[in-house]
Amino acid sequence: MSAGAAILLIVGRELRLSFRRPDQLLQPLVFFLIVTTLFPLGLNLQLSLLKDMAPGVLWTAALLSSLLSLESLFKGDADDGTLEQLALSGQSLTVIVIAKTAAHWLLSGAALVLASPLVAIALGIPSAAFGTMLASLVLGTMTLSWLGSIGAALTVGLKRGNVLLSLIVLPLAMPLLIFGAGATDRAISGTSPAGALYFLGSLCIFTCTLAPFAAAAALRITLD
Amino acid sequence: MWTWFYRLASPPFVYRTAGALMPWFLAAAAATIGYGTIAGLAFAPPDYQQGDAFRIIYVHAPSAWLSLFAYTTLAVAGAIGLIWRIKMGHAVAAATAPIGASFTLSALVTGSLWGRPMWGTYWAWDPRLTSELILLFLYVGVMSLRSAFEDPGRGDRAAALLAIVGVVNVPIIHYSVVWWNSLHQGATVAKIGKPEMPGSMLWPLLAMFLGFMCFYGAVLCMRLRGEVLNRERQAAWVREAMRS
Amino acid sequence: MGGYARFVWPCFAFVFGVLAWNLWAAGRYQAEARKRALRSLAMMGEGQ
Repeated sequence: MSAGAAILLIVGRELRLSFRRPDQLLQPLVFFLIVTTLFPLGLNLQLSLLKDMAPGVLWTAALLSSLLSLESLFKGDADDGTLEQLALSGQSLTVIVIAKTAAHWLLSGAALVLASPLVAIALGIPSAAFGTMLASLVLGTMTLSWLGSIGAALTVGLKRGNVLLSLIVLPLAMPLLIFGAGATDRAISGTSPAGALYFLGSLCIFTCTLAPFAAAAALRITLD
Repeated sequence: MWTWFYRLASPPFVYRTAGALMPWFLAAAAATIGYGTIAGLAFAPPDYQQGDAFRIIYVHAPSAWLSLFAYTTLAVAGAIGLIWRIKMGHAVAAATAPIGASFTLSALVTGSLWGRPMWGTYWAWDPRLTSELILLFLYVGVMSLRSAFEDPGRGDRAAALLAIVGVVNVPIIHYSVVWWNSLHQGATVAKIGKPEMPGSMLWPLLAMFLGFMCFYGAVLCMRLRGEVLNRERQAAWVREAMRS
Repeated sequence: MGGYARFVWPCFAFVFGVLAWNLWAAGRYQAEARKRALRSLAMMGEGQ
């Protein structure tokens, strides 16, 4: 079976499995919405002042809710033995990782991006900055899925692996946070976000091309 | 590969060599750090801009340099263990991690104390400071990951992979003052041939760099012997080694 | 120290503390490894 066909097959399977359990699907999204409301409630600011912290709040919430959904990237399949079957199937482990991570992004990152305009309005981000915000979130959540796949592969099967997962992924994701929030911040204040967006784009490409190999290597270490 | 390379990587050779080198490293470290500290504190003239506060450089810069050097060693040793399956690579990686983490902490603390009088703040979210903090988290992550596995071999390999992934942070830290408008000053010593410091300030600093490197070597040798023993407990050569 | 004493001395104290900790911790690590190795050798010896 060609790599492309395998990817489509695995992505389709992931999507079908997830839609069978819609509550699991919605959890990270709901978490995202709750966290973004916690900040303004806790800080008790007027809407006009809120927009200054809005990019940071948005991005931190996106980061944390992506971490939640990363746990289950490999765990379900590792627990019931499917992962080993996939590894033995003859398909390159890298291809499998690419497929699963792409599916993960479609289910979590894309959902966040779609929900973000709602949250942006609640945080007082002007609609002129929406384009930049959406672009930065798309690039950022993609990069996060790829980075997270490495962490998920390294910690699959560990007790309390989720704490370790956060410990591993968050430091690597910090530059992402800085540039993602920075891009939206610049768009809000009127200066050009182009530089930050280009940097996010290059981070995304860098991660997308190298992470699958690292994650596949990590799976080989933890599986055999 | 070449037999000498594998001989280098044999546990008894590593154990004996580390034991032999350690006292020399320690003596060199004591001498150079002793000279550097005394000369830096008492004999170097105060800086015309920073006054006596600049003397923090004598502990801050070597700590920071060593935090980077140790992480690079961690990543390279882990890669050797992962790619060529040389177990001593993993031993070196495991031994160097806590040492490097302690130097990173030193760099952050001394930098913070230096920042207070110079920049007016104990901390700034500046590229160099932020990436050095990330380095500390990476060290902790690598050490935690290694110990989280029941099978030590698997733990070694997972930690090595993480260390390699994180090594991208090292050039970021180093070049952050070049690539971004950073609060942190640029390179002082590294301008080849024409460093901007006068000799009375420079020599103690170079001595401290050398001293810290030797100290790192000494402590690495000590930890490495422990690592080798822990990993090779059942081997035949250990019986002989324990008698001496 | 030109008024900067309360920054300079704590820095040196912290770093020398870290150096001392490194020596102590490495020494302890090595000693414990030796103990464990000797114990496992003794157990192997008894088995024979």
